[in-house]
Amino acid sequence: MSGLMQGKRGLIMGLANDKSLAWGIAKKLSEAGAELAFSYQGEALGKRVKPLAESLGSDFCLECDVSDMAALDTTFAELKSRWETIDFIVHAIGFSDKNELRGKYLDTSLDNFLMTMNISAYSLVAVAQRAAAMMRPGGSIVTLSYYGAEKVIPHYNVMGVAKAALETSVKYLANDLGPDGIRVNAISAGPIKTLAASGIGDFRYILKWNEYNAPLRRNVTIEDVGGAGLYLLSDLASGVTGEVHHVDAGYHTVGMKQEDAPDISGS
Amino acid sequence: MSEIAERVKKIVVEHLGVEADKVTEQASFIDDLGADSLDIVELVMAFEEEFSVEIPDDAAEKIATVKDAIDYIEANKG
Repeated sequence: MSGLMQGKRGLIMGLANDKSLAWGIAKKLSEAGAELAFSYQGEALGKRVKPLAESLGSDFCLECDVSDMAALDTTFAELKSRWETIDFIVHAIGFSDKNELRGKYLDTSLDNFLMTMNISAYSLVAVAQRAAAMMRPGGSIVTLSYYGAEKVIPHYNVMGVAKAALETSVKYLANDLGPDGIRVNAISAGPIKTLAASGIGDFRYILKWNEYNAPLRRNVTIEDVGGAGLYLLSDLASGVTGEVHHVDAGYHTVGMKQEDAPDISGS
Repeated sequence: MSEIAERVKKIVVEHLGVEADKVTEQASFIDDLGADSLDIVELVMAFEEEFSVEIPDDAAEKIATVKDAIDYIEANKG
């Protein structure tokens, strides 16, 4: 795979630690020769991101609060001060009040609805505006979604609604940026135990259910996601845009519980 | 010291980057070992992986000291 991303550089937004889906993608990009910058929100995440960036030979870490448009402008100005152009963006950002990622969607508050939509969906639009201005034809943007955007998943609640907005944004952004030769896609990853997932109620049940019922009878790894990310960000996917690509061991194709899947209700 | 206690302390030392002699059973992750809230979540995930034990949110919230973690794992591992 070496050489696929040779001479390309881009920004990884939203890496948290070495369990992150963004880390799976960053590693594959780096192996393929890409040069990476990273953005993080707040020092608690910064102290996690910097050593990981360093391990891939990058000292280019930028603080960025995607809910603050002026802060986003600053981050992209800093990026531009070092790199005139970029080739790709990995948008791995989402946030919600974890108290509303359990129980009923019916109980979602207005404040958390708006905050979740802002950080988890609008941020892709805000990032795309600024990133596209630095991209030449061949540029590629990838974001991360989850099946809870399409179907009801227990506890995923407002995040599912935000991911639906994110996936639809991918299509509209792909259409707007298509004439410039810039592609926009999403990876809908199966459940993976990450820092972000730890906020979702009863996540273990979701993991087990997927493992037992997905066609491949396993959960996916950040390496699985990384491979798909590399494909979508590289020229291998030069004809692919506006796509929500499932990296979920096939789970989204299944209509009911597998006959060989154990009954795990109440466990 | 039990084998579990030693493995717990090893994980804490590695994850938080603190000196081993500071990781006493009474040490509080946040007050004594400088952990932040994300560290706690990451430690709980590391314990779950190391010991093949499930630590649900309500139990995780009660784990404040090294001893709390050891006690929970000793009582609940498979």
